[in-house]
Amino acid sequence: MSFDVTTLRKDFPILDTQMRGRPLCYLDTAASAQKPRAVIDAMSEFYSRHYANIHRGVYQLSADATRRYDEVRTRVAGFIGAGDPREIVFVRNATEAINLVARSWGEVQIGKGDEIVVTAMEHHANIVPWQMLATRKEARIRVAEIHDDGELDVTQLESLLGPRTRLIAFSHVSNVLGTVNPVKEITAMARARGITTLVDGAQGVPHGPVDVASLGCDFYVFSGHKLFGPTGAGVLYGRFALLDAMPPFLGGGDMIERVSFKGTTYARAPQRFEAGTPDIASVIGLGAAIDYLDAIGMKNIAAYEQTLLAYATESLSAIPGLRIVGTAKEKAAVVSFVLEGVHPHDIGTVLDGEGIAIRAGHHCAQPLMERLGLPATARASFAFYNTRAEIDQLVAALAKTRELFS
Amino acid sequence: MDDLRELYQATILEHNKQPRNFSKLAGATHEADGHNPLCGDALTLYARVDAAGRVTDVSFQGTGCAISKASASLMTEHVKGKTIAEVEADFERFHALLTAPPGVSPSVDGLGKLAVFSGVREYPIRVKCATLAWHALKAALEAKGETANTE
Repeated sequence: MSFDVTTLRKDFPILDTQMRGRPLCYLDTAASAQKPRAVIDAMSEFYSRHYANIHRGVYQLSADATRRYDEVRTRVAGFIGAGDPREIVFVRNATEAINLVARSWGEVQIGKGDEIVVTAMEHHANIVPWQMLATRKEARIRVAEIHDDGELDVTQLESLLGPRTRLIAFSHVSNVLGTVNPVKEITAMARARGITTLVDGAQGVPHGPVDVASLGCDFYVFSGHKLFGPTGAGVLYGRFALLDAMPPFLGGGDMIERVSFKGTTYARAPQRFEAGTPDIASVIGLGAAIDYLDAIGMKNIAAYEQTLLAYATESLSAIPGLRIVGTAKEKAAVVSFVLEGVHPHDIGTVLDGEGIAIRAGHHCAQPLMERLGLPATARASFAFYNTRAEIDQLVAALAKTRELFS
Repeated sequence: MDDLRELYQATILEHNKQPRNFSKLAGATHEADGHNPLCGDALTLYARVDAAGRVTDVSFQGTGCAISKASASLMTEHVKGKTIAEVEADFERFHALLTAPPGVSPSVDGLGKLAVFSGVREYPIRVKCATLAWHALKAALEAKGETANTE
């Protein structure tokens, strides 16, 4: 299909609103994406006409809600190239997915002296759960370094891999630098050594097609809210053999086979990991988001975003005193920058006054900030609903920022 | 842009560029770190307090946005020579200025130059920036010996 951003923007009610008296210019999709009407309506429709608890009721309404919920599992599997819907576990977000793996897989697979490799560009969500696990198990965290341009130092990463390496946990796309990591290359290295891999796809899934089978990872996690779906629904993909061998994470209803005071047996994956009533409506909303994206085509989205990225890179680079942080050859549409003499927070406030929403701060990646020698950056992140005109607005507002602080 | 001029008043911009008392204080009797976990801003506050409980000198070091840096700079000028009790009362007045609800004209009595921060109340997210140095000073004077946190 042809890509028409003007038409697509009409699908997002919030893009027609104002902020501080100006049309909203939303450049913070990497923090959370805005929602198309299809998602909002699907959730409203579900609550209005189809809602009941799932996996419980003998009545038709519950059976219908259960069917709708489980159908999304199949759609998610298809969307990311998982061969089997049982490889999809619904969680709240990518953070919960990583914690699930750390608490469950990690609890049995990581022992004293074992090593977990993470990269210097990880979000706190892909650092802290591993640190907590390492502390519990007296295991060790090893850090794969990055080059100054924001690309992963794959040679150094490989040099870290040894007989005690049990896991490599790394992001598909950096939320700060935009760097697209060479996932296949890393998973191949890992497979050759019998090392498990977890890919944090929070920033990967929204920007282009993902195929976990060809990526070759063992686990892949993402948040629905960054994929234009509602908050409260995220995804853990795990190879079925791995998932089905993992102990439960949370105990309770829905995750059991049989409960008795003599002992309880657990359901198989993915049910084993979905204790209690999940965020059913959000899963329904996530399904609607995937349908919406499929109709546009992730390839079309990726191609359009690359044109935005190129234009933003060129336009921002032309601003005196502005430096783009993260200039990897392969990038997603995320642009971090610093402006000489102006703290990122002040940039954020000035842009806010112009109706432009960006992120300013450490982006939940403090070790990366330390590596870059920066307290914070400003970050504009783009989605397929953004336009070149919005980039022009950003550039004009940054010129005003410079003027104010000159 | 007019709203922004209201927030970023000339005095604030000037203190951001040329912060006063921006150094480590020799002979400091009190010291505390301030940290805003939201943005990563961090500063260290130094104070010298005499036997009578008067802040005879005060300084700071660190990184931060224009609001937090200018606030720290103006605070050091403001509190020098005051008693600990007076500093605490000033912090309360300053905080009231920053958090006055819309439609209410907050009092600037006794705040002197600190009144330039009145525009911050239109940007509630920045209140923590404007109070970071004050939290650190309070922690230093209370000699808690721990990092003051804006959360």
